[in-house]
Amino acid sequence: MAQLEIRNVTRRFGDFVAVDNVSLNIEAGEFFTLLGPSGCGKTTILRMIAGFDLPDAGQILLDGKDLADTPAEKRPVHTVFQSYALFPHMTVAENVAFPLKMARRPAAEIAGMTRGILRQVHLTDKADTYPHELSGGQKQRVALARGLVNRPRLLLLDEPLGALDAKLREEMQVELINLQREIGVTFVFVTHAQVEALALAHRIAVMDQGRVEQVDEPARLYGFPQTRFVADFIGHINQLEAQVLESSHGHLRLAVAGLGEIIAPPLKDAAVGAKGVFAIRPEQVRIGVHGELAELKNHFSGVVRNLLYRGEVSVYKVELANGALIEALLPNSAPGKAELFKVGDAVKLGWRHDAGMFLRD
Amino acid sequence: MRRGMGLWAAALAVYAFLYVPLAIVVAYSFNDSRLNAEWVGFTWHWYDVLLHDEAMLAAAGNSLLIALISSLVATVLGTMAGIAIHRYNLKSLTFMVLTPVAMPEILLGVSLLLFFIQVLNLTLGMLSIVLAHITFSIGFVAVIVRARLAGMDESIFEAARDLGASPWETFRYITFPLILPGVVAGWLMAFTLSIDDFVITFFTAGVGVSTLPLHIYSMIKIAVTPEVNAVSTLLMLLTLTMIVLAARFAPDALKGKV
Repeated sequence: MAQLEIRNVTRRFGDFVAVDNVSLNIEAGEFFTLLGPSGCGKTTILRMIAGFDLPDAGQILLDGKDLADTPAEKRPVHTVFQSYALFPHMTVAENVAFPLKMARRPAAEIAGMTRGILRQVHLTDKADTYPHELSGGQKQRVALARGLVNRPRLLLLDEPLGALDAKLREEMQVELINLQREIGVTFVFVTHAQVEALALAHRIAVMDQGRVEQVDEPARLYGFPQTRFVADFIGHINQLEAQVLESSHGHLRLAVAGLGEIIAPPLKDAAVGAKGVFAIRPEQVRIGVHGELAELKNHFSGVVRNLLYRGEVSVYKVELANGALIEALLPNSAPGKAELFKVGDAVKLGWRHDAGMFLRD
Repeated sequence: MRRGMGLWAAALAVYAFLYVPLAIVVAYSFNDSRLNAEWVGFTWHWYDVLLHDEAMLAAAGNSLLIALISSLVATVLGTMAGIAIHRYNLKSLTFMVLTPVAMPEILLGVSLLLFFIQVLNLTLGMLSIVLAHITFSIGFVAVIVRARLAGMDESIFEAARDLGASPWETFRYITFPLILPGVVAGWLMAFTLSIDDFVITFFTAGVGVSTLPLHIYSMIKIAVTPEVNAVSTLLMLLTLTMIVLAARFAPDALKGKV
């Protein structure tokens, strides 16, 4: 049995369906992420798990027990808010001790547990300072410590890294992963940043317009998106409008208007004539001069239109015969040499027959 | 440079207009003469007279008692109103609580008088004065408390519940400590308003009970004696202290920030 079960939960605000018949199972000890654009319903789900909001239909079960009649303060679930929500009139230690005090733990135990968790988040020397004296990263760690100190069954994190700058965010990601592994509390993490979700989560549920589009491990989500939305939302992906010409066990033959045919990996029950897109990641697209890449089943001629130097890689935007722009990534392993091809160069693009995927409309 | 001087002169004139009368009252309270006409010499005499004026002391006692009770009750009710207005964003409640603040005092005085006599059938006295003072003080406390709450991060209160605090514990450990400076400022404000009030007290006092402002008024109907100067000086001192304290306790609340 999953630790947290969300069964057919729906939440409406007037005519707006914020959460539309969502079902999810989250396992004990898991780092689970709800990922989606703003307004997709991910925060509403989090608020319903915490008890700040109630479903209009469906159930939320924790360890098999329906939470409907349990108020927020009685749920063994804590939240780390985007704004941290530290109590400004209490010191770091008092903030962290607050949930223990509310649980009527003995004073000696409170002191010990507070010290322990502050050590784990490297804030021992800040115990007696007030929140306004702390940096963003330190506030974040206090909020985590306060949420974890009495070992809740679940820790909910609502875009907790959103207010931090890029460098600090990366450091906090590593700390979050380590902390979660050490303490073993189940994390439910909400974010709109796909990079963050991919880096942190064991499993991700991608949401759009109140519905769950796909639940999977990060690498599978990235490698095998099942809908156009997921393909587009997670990372970069090239898309070509295509139609199925032939569907067999071994492969799929697609027609792309103005370009020709593409051999793609097979797709279960893809009917001949079905319309959709052929999607392929930029790092799977190879780029070469005329005469190269002929060994690949899929290769097309094009012209370099843009070149974006990103340090570790360069992104080439190549226009194909049908006018479509395809991105290809080349790693810059030779230092100081960023431009293998120049804007305006005629080049070849190619990819393996088992790369990319067909996504039906 | 020239323009700067002109502005300074104008400012000086305005301040003089505001403060010279007050300064004169204070100065003449130490004047060794029965007349507010010319400076004769320094004396504590009029303060001594004041301390032996039984009617004056009784009025002062009444004023303090009324101010203490009405400000405490107004603080409790005003704090509750301030929190309710903030939490439920109640436009109607805001209007109802704040109307007495903006209403002309004479109107409030007349309507309270009619209400006490014709509706409640109350004998005018201490009780009617206290009730009247509570009525006009609540709004001031509510405004200050609400201003204190206005800039606060709402998720703080959700966080408290999330971490296991009941609604009462959330109020006790989080909300109340955070609004306390506003509550104290509101209480000092209500106390000051009560002890100073003349118009509304005049309508609701009836016969027999007098407060300090009422007593001073009855004295100057005859003449502005140095004793009036002395009691005015003391009242001024008390009011100033309260206002300074109120500003000290909640400088931000008075400015409407957190």
